[in-house]
Amino acid sequence: MVDTVLFEFLHTEMVAELWAHDPGPGGQKMSLSVLEGMGFRVGQALGERLPREMLAFREELDVLKFLCKDLWVAVFQKQMDSLRTNHQGTYVLQDNSFPLLLPMASGLQYLEEAPKFLAFTCGLLRGALCTLGIESVVTASVAALPVCKFQVVIPKS
Amino acid sequence: MSRPAQRRPEYHKINKDLFVLTYGALVAQLCKDYEKDEDVNQYLDKMGYGIGTRLVEDFLARSCVGRCHSYSEITDIIAQVAFKMYLGITPSVTCNNSSKNEFSLILDKNPLVEFVEELPAGRSSLCYCNLLCGIIRGALEMVHLAADVTFLQDRLKGDSVTEIGITFLKKQDEKKYRRKK
Repeated sequence: MVDTVLFEFLHTEMVAELWAHDPGPGGQKMSLSVLEGMGFRVGQALGERLPREMLAFREELDVLKFLCKDLWVAVFQKQMDSLRTNHQGTYVLQDNSFPLLLPMASGLQYLEEAPKFLAFTCGLLRGALCTLGIESVVTASVAALPVCKFQVVIPKS
Repeated sequence: MSRPAQRRPEYHKINKDLFVLTYGALVAQLCKDYEKDEDVNQYLDKMGYGIGTRLVEDFLARSCVGRCHSYSEITDIIAQVAFKMYLGITPSVTCNNSSKNEFSLILDKNPLVEFVEELPAGRSSLCYCNLLCGIIRGALEMVHLAADVTFLQDRLKGDSVTEIGITFLKKQDEKKYRRKK
C-alpha cells in the first residue's frame, strides 16, 4: 500500500476546503484552529496506537526525541532534522524538507500560505504529546519553504 | 539523530491509520459544520473530486497501465490496481446492464470505516465514504470519461454489503458527425 500519498492529497484538499468556508479575515484564525483541532484528535489516536514499550520514557527530552525520530518516521518517512532545547520546557524541532510543504514551492514563494499547511501537524504533535501525558502549546514557523520549525512549549507545572 | 531511521513494522500500521483517522476527523468536522446529511455528502464528493483529479496522475505514473478499450477494462483496473495500490483492498466487479456501461464495485472490507462502529445518531443518510465516489469521478474525468459514481449499498446503513455504482455516461462531444441537409 502506498504510504503518505492519500494523506497528503487529503490534507491539501482539507486546507483548501476549510478555508473556503470563511474567506474573511476573522475567518482565518477560525480555520487554523479547526485544522489544529483535527490534527490534535488524530495525534491523540495515533499516540494510542504506538507500541507499548515506547511509552516508558525517563524524562521529557526522551519524549521529544521520540517525536522527532519514531513518530516523524511513522508519519512522514523521515526523521526530524534537528532538535534544540533551552532545557526549560521550550523545544524547537526543525524539518529541512517538510513533506507537506515540499510540493508547494521552495524559497519565499507562498510564504503567506505556509501556516495553513502546518496547522494540522502542530495539532498532531500536541495530540501525541497529550497521549504521552504532556500538555503543550505547539506553533510552527517558516522562514523559507520547505524548511519549517515547530516550537513546543511545555509549561512547568 | 545520525542513526538511520529503522522502519519498524508497527510504523506501517500507524501510517495506514493516519489517512483513516484524518478522514474520520474530517467527517466529524463536516458534521459539525453542516446539519443536513446531503450537504456533508456533497462536500465529501466535491473534496474527493479534487483529490481524484490529482491522484490519477500519481496512479498512472506508478502503475504504467496501458490504454483501455472498454468500460469493463477500466472498472477492472480501478478495482484490481487502484484500490489495491491505495487502500490495500480489491473490490469485486459486476456489470449491471447489457449495454455494459453500468458497473458495481462490491467492497468486502473497507479500511476507511475501520474505526467506525456505526453512523452518528441523526445521521442515517450520511454516506460516510462518499470521498471515494468523488475520487473515482474526478480521476475518470481527467482521462476524459464522464461517470456517475454513487453508493448503492452501505454496510454502515445496515445493508449487507458496501457497493459503489459506476455509470459511464456518453460524452457531450461524442455525437456522430452529422451532415447538414
